[in-house]
Amino acid sequence: MQSPLPTFPEQASNFAGDVDTLFSFILMTTLFFAVLVTVLIIFAAFKFRRRSEKEVGDDVHGNNVLEVGWTLIPTIIAIGIFAWGAAIYVNYRIPPKDTLDIYVIGKQWMWKLQQPNGRKEINELHVPLNKNVKLIMGSEDVIHDFYVPAFRVKMDVVPGRYNTMWFRPTKTGKYHFFCSQYCGTNHAVMGGWVTVMDPAEYAAWLSGESGDVNPVSAGERLFTQLACVTCHLSNGTGRAPSLNGVFGAKVLLADGSIVVADEAYIRESILQPNAKIVAGYAPVMPTFQGLVTEEQIMNLTAYIKSLQSQPVPAKGAGIAPATAGKK
Amino acid sequence: MPEKHYLNATYGIRSWLLTTDHKRIALLWLAAVTFFFFVGGFFAMMIRLHLLTPNGYLLTPDMYNRMFTMHGVTMVFFFLIPSIPAILGNFLIPMMIGAKDLAFPKINLLSWYIYIIGGLFTLWAMVNGGLDTGWTFYTPLSTVYSNSAVGPAVIGVFINGFSSILTGLNFLVTVHTMRAPGMTWFRLPLFVWAHYATSIVMILGTPVIAITLALAGMERLFGLGFFNPAMGGDPILFQHLFWFYSHPAVYIMILPAMGVISELIPTFARKRLFGYHFVAAASLAIAVIGFLVWTHHMFLTGQSTYAAVAFSFLTFIVAIPSAIKTFNWTATLFGGSISFDTPMLYAFGFLGLFMIGGLTGLFLGALGVDINIHDTYFVVAHFHYIMVGGAVMGYLGGLHFWWPKITGRMYPEWLARIAAFILFIGFNFTFFPQFILGIMGMPRRYHMYPPEFQIYNVMSTAGASILAVGYLLPMVYLTWAAFYGKVAGDNPWPATGLEWKTQSPPLTENFDVTPVVTWEAYDFHNRPDLWTDVPGGKGSPVVAPAHGDD
Amino acid sequence: MHRTGALFGQFKTLEQQKDTATLGMWIFLVTEVMFFGGIMLAYTINRHTYFHAFAMGSNTLSLGLGGFNTVVLLASSFTMAMAVWSAQTSRKQLITLFLSLTLLLGFVFFGVKYVEYAQKFHHHLVPGKNFDISYCVNNPTKCEDVDAADMAKEREELEVAAKADPDLNAHAQLYYSAYFGMTGLHALHMVIGAGLLFWLLRESVAGRFNAEWNNPVDIVGLYWHFVDIVWIYLFPLLYLIDRHK
Repeated sequence: MQSPLPTFPEQASNFAGDVDTLFSFILMTTLFFAVLVTVLIIFAAFKFRRRSEKEVGDDVHGNNVLEVGWTLIPTIIAIGIFAWGAAIYVNYRIPPKDTLDIYVIGKQWMWKLQQPNGRKEINELHVPLNKNVKLIMGSEDVIHDFYVPAFRVKMDVVPGRYNTMWFRPTKTGKYHFFCSQYCGTNHAVMGGWVTVMDPAEYAAWLSGESGDVNPVSAGERLFTQLACVTCHLSNGTGRAPSLNGVFGAKVLLADGSIVVADEAYIRESILQPNAKIVAGYAPVMPTFQGLVTEEQIMNLTAYIKSLQSQPVPAKGAGIAPATAGKK
Repeated sequence: MPEKHYLNATYGIRSWLLTTDHKRIALLWLAAVTFFFFVGGFFAMMIRLHLLTPNGYLLTPDMYNRMFTMHGVTMVFFFLIPSIPAILGNFLIPMMIGAKDLAFPKINLLSWYIYIIGGLFTLWAMVNGGLDTGWTFYTPLSTVYSNSAVGPAVIGVFINGFSSILTGLNFLVTVHTMRAPGMTWFRLPLFVWAHYATSIVMILGTPVIAITLALAGMERLFGLGFFNPAMGGDPILFQHLFWFYSHPAVYIMILPAMGVISELIPTFARKRLFGYHFVAAASLAIAVIGFLVWTHHMFLTGQSTYAAVAFSFLTFIVAIPSAIKTFNWTATLFGGSISFDTPMLYAFGFLGLFMIGGLTGLFLGALGVDINIHDTYFVVAHFHYIMVGGAVMGYLGGLHFWWPKITGRMYPEWLARIAAFILFIGFNFTFFPQFILGIMGMPRRYHMYPPEFQIYNVMSTAGASILAVGYLLPMVYLTWAAFYGKVAGDNPWPATGLEWKTQSPPLTENFDVTPVVTWEAYDFHNRPDLWTDVPGGKGSPVVAPAHGDD
Repeated sequence: MHRTGALFGQFKTLEQQKDTATLGMWIFLVTEVMFFGGIMLAYTINRHTYFHAFAMGSNTLSLGLGGFNTVVLLASSFTMAMAVWSAQTSRKQLITLFLSLTLLLGFVFFGVKYVEYAQKFHHHLVPGKNFDISYCVNNPTKCEDVDAADMAKEREELEVAAKADPDLNAHAQLYYSAYFGMTGLHALHMVIGAGLLFWLLRESVAGRFNAEWNNPVDIVGLYWHFVDIVWIYLFPLLYLIDRHK
């Protein structure tokens, strides 16, 4: 829907309304105080203008009650605004469980996006209406940022790590997205369009003329090509834990700590295998740093995600014992 | 005009370039800082002209990126940070506290030379390859990917940092050990308190940017990997180290201006500053809390949500002391006797524009809203309202206020008032549309933009041309007034500070006889000496202002 | 501003001058803490992230030389303190003696540092194109100054570290960048300190210091002690990682 505030872009995501409402509140509050102080200043300037050359003002030191008052009231309002903003942000930073995951790579000076079925897009993003969409983003070179004004969302894309952001489009249409972290010569050109479609149309679009390989099958092929399959036997009898059911589950590590096997964990395990060793296993996995591109890592991750529904072996599972059998 | 004063005490270029008189050093700073202001202003002009059209035909993308980067580097490091402290602070602080000079006059001169060397280095980098990383030098863009003269530029800024450190050190020690008898802490002018707080920030913060730039420079020149993810480094570590200084740096830029306003309002309302102790405490609070909010520049880097929440909270807290000051300044007006001389016009301008700038910071500090407006023109408008609407207004107001003391002559009042209005109008036309651009979604540092953003860009550029006139006028008439203005007398306003009990222009040693202070700051009621211009005249207290013809 | 004897013109009394200079030096030292603090923070974060590489780097440093240098600097702080005491008690000849000893110890420190740096250069441990953490292990004949027992330990450590960290060389280079950065900065500060000591020596030989006026000795002493303290932090940070085995 159109934003109630003038000059704002349309509201096209679940966040837009909340963000605009908070913005309106802050605007009204700050406007109130700004107008109040301005009126007071103009009033005083007029009422207390100098009337004779040697006139001086009153001999007033201050007023402690006023000081306390105008310290406490702004503080309370400030904390209120802070809390409201924090709530929106925390909701934004923690994606829901059921999301349509899209992989995004930013590089100087273009965006490569990959749909769940492998269909690739360049500088364009198609998403279905009213579905939670999660963008998993990496950079091949410098820091970029993915910003959709109509959705009121943005997130930096930092080389060397994954950043995720999520949103739920609430209105069909075409919306601008921009790179929003200065990244060199063509930073201003590095944008494109997000197209929100009805779910049926989206499904049709998705399966049409892809010619691209499904990332899951691409990942499965890599899994064999790179010999991952020789250790990560799915029945749990290999030198490495089975990856069935691992994605999204809790993993017990050799040092006793528990981590959630998310995209970042998968990526780290591929590039720095000895950073986190699963309990009961030896640190023998070689690193694939320099042997796989970010895209290939994303494909492998997509494949490992697809193993979520596979049967988890009783012994030799990658997941923590306490939750074994849950998936 | 008094016969002997600091300007004619000695002659020749060596007497200026090797001076240790804080007042002459302040004028050396004035010349150098004004030069860099024009350099930075030139880059600004290029930016605004280029942005008149969505496709930007004026400059190539690489050239544009150099323009905004060098605009930022010049204005932040070579104009805003030194301006008020090095010019007005240097000139006035010794006189305000009743001393003959700063604690370390030679270090004062050294500080200027370091600035010149750093500035020349950076200028050289700007013409030999330029700089296109943004003034924030984010890695790995700056250390690995940029094709500009990052190394030399970083060295120039690094060198310049020591200038800041030495000035801060000088001020801190001076205020502690050089006050005249009777000048207790709570009789100090708030200008001095403001510079004391600023100096704390300079001392604690600047060394961190120094080491950060040194590491980034070494990374660039020797291929190290602290901040380069391809070598296992962390670009976010750079951001933490960078902003740890660069956020407090903005308080280095605004606190002195607030100090000026705290002098202007009592003087032109002829009334004590309301809540003196609270304003002094607020300055210190801003300096301290200012060190605890740096991550609010990094809310969207993917860092811990808890950290973001904590820093957002602190960001709101740091806004409170500024609000307290604004309320106190406003309350001072009530019951005053207000005149509308140019310095007061600048003070009014500051109040309005700083308030808008500060309040828009609340939008940015609110995490939920920051998601939308981070790295858009909203941020650009926010900080320009504070830096230009606030700090530069404070600087110009201060220059006008103390010009008669510095030069012994008055500037032309009506022309100055007109210039102040032109500046105010030009400023708002330049930067208010940028808030709207930010809300509409226009990101920062864009050499091209979608056509729907054009109208506000044109408005902004139009405003900038008016603003430029507002800046040029004072440059011209202040220079003219220094030589041909009406002779001002010791205390034309009159104002209550100790600096006004010296002749205009002052003697090299400021005071013939060390003053003994028995009055509070901004006391218009127990100071009959304010109304007599003659030494030993009716009602003048213990101080004997120094005149050359005694 | 005119100077009368030791009193500079902007001050009213020698007492004020002394207090001012001392406060100035303390504040300057605060800035130095922030300066070194920044690089120590970057070092500490990276040491935590790349523990194996950093431990490996640390173990290529000579504990003997580092330890000796630590003793040398501590001794120089002692002689500096004695110089201050001598000045405060007007023992003019002792001032010169102790200042000379301090300077001498400083030069001993530089000498040892030179030996260490030269060693790093020969062992391909200077960050840059030729950096190779495994150089000595792979070319024992080129690294004759490492004895057999140490070489065996290094070989073993290299194997373990290489397995744990596939990017060992890059991360070890980070260690060495920090090593040269921090010790280099420290050495630069010592050079400045040596310059200050030379100046003090000249003044003390000219008989300028006594119980009434000894402030310059005092504040140079403060600076020298600070530089010493920086080394006290650097030594465990750089040399003593993973030594408890």
